[in-house]
Amino acid sequence: MLSQILYAIPFLAQGFAITLWVSLLVVVLSLIAGVALGVGLVYGPAPLRWAVRIFSDTIRGIPILVLMFFVYYGLPAIGLHLQSFSAAVLALTLFKTAQVVEYLRGAVGSIPKGQSEAAMAIGLTFRQRLTYVIFPQAFRRFLPPWINGVTDAVKGSALVSLLGITDLMQAINQVIGRTYEAMPLYILGALIYFAVNYALSLASRRLERRFAFIRE
Amino acid sequence: MGYTLNFNLIWRHFDKLWGGLLLSLELAVISIAIGVVIGLVLAVWYVSAGRVVRGIIAAYVEFIRNVPLILLVYLVFYGLPTVIDVAYDAPTSFVLTLSIYSGAYLVEVFRSGLEAVPRGQLDAGKAIGLTPWQRLLHVRLPTMLRITLPALSNTFISLFKDTSIASVISVPELTFGAQWINFNTFRIVEVYLVTTAMYLVTGYTLLFGLRLVERRFRAAR
Amino acid sequence: MSADTNALLDVRDVSKAFGSVAVLRNVSLEVKRGEVVTVIGPSGSGKTTLLRCVNFLESYDSGSIRIDGKEVGFREPGTRQRRSERDLAGMRAETGMVFQSFNLFPHLTAAGNIMLGLTKVRGKSQAEARQIAEHWLGRVGLAHKADSLPAELSGGQQQRVGIARAVAMEPKILLLDEITSALDPELVGEVLAVVRSLAEDGMTMLMVTHEMAFARDASSRIVFMADGGVSAVGPPKEILAAETSNERLRSFLARFRASHF
Repeated sequence: MLSQILYAIPFLAQGFAITLWVSLLVVVLSLIAGVALGVGLVYGPAPLRWAVRIFSDTIRGIPILVLMFFVYYGLPAIGLHLQSFSAAVLALTLFKTAQVVEYLRGAVGSIPKGQSEAAMAIGLTFRQRLTYVIFPQAFRRFLPPWINGVTDAVKGSALVSLLGITDLMQAINQVIGRTYEAMPLYILGALIYFAVNYALSLASRRLERRFAFIRE
Repeated sequence: MGYTLNFNLIWRHFDKLWGGLLLSLELAVISIAIGVVIGLVLAVWYVSAGRVVRGIIAAYVEFIRNVPLILLVYLVFYGLPTVIDVAYDAPTSFVLTLSIYSGAYLVEVFRSGLEAVPRGQLDAGKAIGLTPWQRLLHVRLPTMLRITLPALSNTFISLFKDTSIASVISVPELTFGAQWINFNTFRIVEVYLVTTAMYLVTGYTLLFGLRLVERRFRAAR
Repeated sequence: MSADTNALLDVRDVSKAFGSVAVLRNVSLEVKRGEVVTVIGPSGSGKTTLLRCVNFLESYDSGSIRIDGKEVGFREPGTRQRRSERDLAGMRAETGMVFQSFNLFPHLTAAGNIMLGLTKVRGKSQAEARQIAEHWLGRVGLAHKADSLPAELSGGQQQRVGIARAVAMEPKILLLDEITSALDPELVGEVLAVVRSLAEDGMTMLMVTHEMAFARDASSRIVFMADGGVSAVGPPKEILAAETSNERLRSFLARFRASHF
């Protein structure tokens, strides 16, 4: 039994690399999209605010799995053909983006209006106000939920296995298909996911303390 | 594009979706009920326990929260029966998994709620001569519940959405029904539009219901 | 079209409503270079709104506000065409504002608060901005606090940094919005002393305050506002005289004396 699992380790490692790659892509892409849409939600004109609001509330209201099947099976029907990898990353990114929008809204919304006004009063432009006054302060509130959300992205990435992508979850299932050692392999998989996510949450706690420059 | 929506086949097989939704709700309600019991018991135990018990409860919470639900679902359904002598069908297995999973999240919710109960409330309970059990039942838990209701509602909705994972072990809930129609009729866009709408309507109805409960609790203060 | 060329700030017939509530009704007022004009009046009389319109933190519905002959928020009086974001920022840099709640940037040190506008708006180098910041911190008696964060300063100290931040930009006019209202009574004096010394240096100021004694001593003129309109204007002695013929002003002063003296 042990030898069979040892034999499978390179294969599992490849799967693990895919898991990390998917998670990284989702986290980075959703950060960019989410911050952009979040700024639109807080500062944009009414139609944009409504559009972002509807996007965010809809996406967050449905299971990621349904979203993923929708993107993967549904887009080709309207003529958009995506590889399963792209479809999976797109679906996970859409979901994560909606979350990032909410984190950003919460973080920016927590900053008193007087900060914007003081920044306006010394003649800063909109972009300068965001860059030098709002974001540095919002960052501290944005960070803890966002890093917690990173662990969600790693966990959510296990769903890509359902589109036939050989991530860690799929690799484990395939090794079990060959070896019939279900329990040890699932436990091994759980421990790997746990190790990554626990390390991330420890890091977030440490970062949180480091950025606590504003005393309340 | 040249795609025209045609919902006829969806309505013909709508019982798959409707029955699926009812099963999703059933799975959610049972799992959450068990999860609430696990969460309450462990949270109350945690705040009054010594280091060893605290360590064990924390390990349970941290472990479950950091592992994908889909892996836990596989582990309980395919893995567990290979090492211990249990036999259960897929829905039972999923309920077991989601209960353990929700329990871990709810311990956290309840624990932070318990710790947020103001000291003065407990002192007041002591002052009027309540026993520790009475203080727990009549002072600590009600106050904690009020504090945690918003977080609790969000956790419930999130767990309802998580029931879609049951489809991976062929539990015929809503997502499974959607996939069935997807593969058997190829009215793909339609079926996911309808499924999405069903999740949204159910989820937001639940949320508004829970918000009403929250408001009543707040008014009762 | 010929505005009074002497007036640095020229407010003409400005009106503003929030929904159906009129907060400013045809307000006109002039501040000449080097003048200190104080606005007093009961709460809800539109004083703060007026101040916020002068640097366009709030828009107004009609009328015109000019600083040094230039229309503040709109491209041309009457057109109602808002200036571009960049233009507005440039206009605002010409007016300094000190807030009731200080509004210091909590993530920047005292010097950093002052340097932000100098480097990003005025385009000064870090070193030059730092020098200017230190100069002004010295003027408000906080040279030794340059590297402290706002959270490490008392309310009075924070407000003095707020003043330094505003005047370091060399604004044409300084707007002071109830700058001592959020302070403990024992900290009011140190802040007012700074304002007084700026006035002595010839800084043009428009301020809203409840410190009547200070208004009397430091102002060139006092404007009394009631119900969104200017009810009386004149030198302090005239306005604060107990025997004024203005009914509203008299009852305001009477109530004010009853509660504050």
